[in-house]
Amino acid sequence: MTGTAIGKPRTADRPHGGTGDRVRLWWDALPRQTQWLFGIPAFALVAALPVLRPPVLTTVGTDFGGVLAQFGMYALLAVGLNVVVGQAGLLDLGYVGFYAIGAYTVALLTSPNSPWNLTDDWLSRSWGWLFALPIAIAITAVSGLILGSPTLRLRGDYLAIVTLGFGEIVRLLADNLSDITGGGRGLSSIAYPVVGTSEKRPFGVFSAGNTQHAPTYGVWWFWLSLILLAITLILIGNLERSRVGRAWVSIREDEDAAEIMGVPTFRFKLWAFVIGASIGGLSGALYAGQVQFVVPSSFNVINSMLFLCAVVLGGQGNKLGVIAGAFIVVYLPNFFLGRTSLLGIPIDGNTIANYKYLFFGLALIVLMIFRPQGLFPARQKLLTYGRELYVAARRAAGYGKPAPEPTTEQGGAS
Amino acid sequence: MSALLLATPVLADGVIGFNVDALAHNFWALTVDGLTYGAIYALVATGYTLVYGVLRLINFAHSEVFMFGMFGQYATLMLLGFAPSGNAYSEGTLLTIVYLGIAMLGGMIVSGGTAVGLERVAYRPLRKRGAPSLAFLITAIGASFVLQEFVHFILPKLTNNELGGANAQQPIVLVVPSVQFTFLGASVTNIELIIVAAALILTFATNQFIVATKFGRGIRAVAQDPVTATLMGVSRERIIMLTFLIGGVLAGAAALLYTLRVPNGIIYSGGFILGIKAFTAAVLGGIGNLRGALLGGLLLGVMELYGQALFGTEWRDVVAFVLLILVLMFRPTGILGESLGRARA
Repeated sequence: MTGTAIGKPRTADRPHGGTGDRVRLWWDALPRQTQWLFGIPAFALVAALPVLRPPVLTTVGTDFGGVLAQFGMYALLAVGLNVVVGQAGLLDLGYVGFYAIGAYTVALLTSPNSPWNLTDDWLSRSWGWLFALPIAIAITAVSGLILGSPTLRLRGDYLAIVTLGFGEIVRLLADNLSDITGGGRGLSSIAYPVVGTSEKRPFGVFSAGNTQHAPTYGVWWFWLSLILLAITLILIGNLERSRVGRAWVSIREDEDAAEIMGVPTFRFKLWAFVIGASIGGLSGALYAGQVQFVVPSSFNVINSMLFLCAVVLGGQGNKLGVIAGAFIVVYLPNFFLGRTSLLGIPIDGNTIANYKYLFFGLALIVLMIFRPQGLFPARQKLLTYGRELYVAARRAAGYGKPAPEPTTEQGGAS
Repeated sequence: MSALLLATPVLADGVIGFNVDALAHNFWALTVDGLTYGAIYALVATGYTLVYGVLRLINFAHSEVFMFGMFGQYATLMLLGFAPSGNAYSEGTLLTIVYLGIAMLGGMIVSGGTAVGLERVAYRPLRKRGAPSLAFLITAIGASFVLQEFVHFILPKLTNNELGGANAQQPIVLVVPSVQFTFLGASVTNIELIIVAAALILTFATNQFIVATKFGRGIRAVAQDPVTATLMGVSRERIIMLTFLIGGVLAGAAALLYTLRVPNGIIYSGGFILGIKAFTAAVLGGIGNLRGALLGGLLLGVMELYGQALFGTEWRDVVAFVLLILVLMFRPTGILGESLGRARA
């Protein structure tokens, strides 16, 4: 923490004592089993949302299940982008490129319009999506490697522009290589997992035709993405607590210092990039399966900005925070869509939903000025020494006591 | 895997065909047109370069400053009484030049005002807080959203649907392209002459301003060493504002020239691609280097059109982006190197 020599210390430097912090400290102090005891019902509650359909929360203008399915994909994207932006501090503005590569890989392998279609050839359509999923992840990982290995040696702001260019190149390729990708017409009838067929749902629960009988196909995709999200979170969480995670944080805080201390910065930046890319590809594959149709215009660079907005809003570096950010970015516009009154006050919901980019842009500007750490800021834990010591150090660091002079680092917790 | 193997020849066969003939036959025509676009890129690139030289900041929202300039000059023409009918006006050479000059001035005022406003509202609070450079970039993206959506949704409401909205503006055509002379088989139109001449004059004037005036010396001083410059009595904040103003004014001028060449380009999303290209131009020439911006702009404009002739029209933007990645990979300092501070008197 430098640069706060004069004047009132910034919020981030003050000893923590807010309500949010108190809740967090209470949570961190709980034993792991108790955390699971709280966590699993909470997770189940989120999963049950589209079935419970709570009165005010349920969207009016669009299918609630579909909105939540989109949220699931954005949550995955936010977690992936968070590895790149939040953990390693690399600004990636072309993240939509990886999303597109993931979606197009699935589409190219399973759409009948594609020259590379493998289904009905030797691969059953029912299993085509599942077969394409790991391939999509692998191909996006490789594309992350290809983009990252020359460009990650660049300074941060150059990297932002190069990735922006990459995102645009991917879209233009999808648009221009019309012999393969169908160009602007896109690729349709992409395979999806055919499970749970019944009389009411002849093509299975995941089919886009399953809109009549609740839970609709969006809900099933939401559940699938929640499972994938949980797996991803566990894997990423383990990475963050390992040597890799510590290397990322050191790179984000001071790359030169990290290099001098012997952290192979380039290698770990590349790791972050590749891991982030593959999660983006996973989300893209989910998208292709759910929508069963891909066109280049769904992968505009402006989507990258929305993903970034989710990460920044939620709090860079905080896995659960960025998921909340993704929820805000996806849910809020859909919440207003088609709504004519809120709490008795008449509103023009469609206009508000239309203005979403305006509001998110304003949010980014205001947030960077007043709360650059996001709504749910990350706390850098004393990762190496375990949770008990972390909690003890945080207790000592002024929680519950009147704020002392903010001179020392107070156990490194910030 | 058989399907994969079968499909491979498709890629080789002619998804991307090389059309060397098109390039060879139209070489000079492409060069002239490329220089025209390049001159416009150079003007916008100067804005990126100046701000980068002084603040070490990539002003992402500069493309939106340019877009505001397009609407500014358009609004000026409408205030002058030109109705957007799509038909060309014939006012005589002298009067046309006067009108174009006024429109350019309008574009410059709007763009310059936008750039300075952006600096004051979005960037200055961050500087005061000593925010990291990531925060500046994110703010710039946010500002870019806000400016675009302002023109997309708010401006039509303010102007009774005369300006802004989802569609491009109906062009106001003041100058009809007519061939003035041929040069090595390439016909040069009046529009191309106007654009290149105006861009060269403006670039030269900017260069003189930076090199020869007191304010220019201040800009160079802050670019070299902000702390020492402040100690020597240069007001850093004023210099930063001036830098944004010059960049904005040049973008406004570029906006008018661009609409001469591309009359249908006045739309809320019209700044984005041009902004990235101008940035590429700045990096190509050496960001932070005024002459580099001119050189990079002209080079990019020409190479982009060669690429277009070789691969086909739809690959034009790809050429620019690939060029950007290649430059950053192999010569990140650009052709002339990065230096605003070392621009010599």
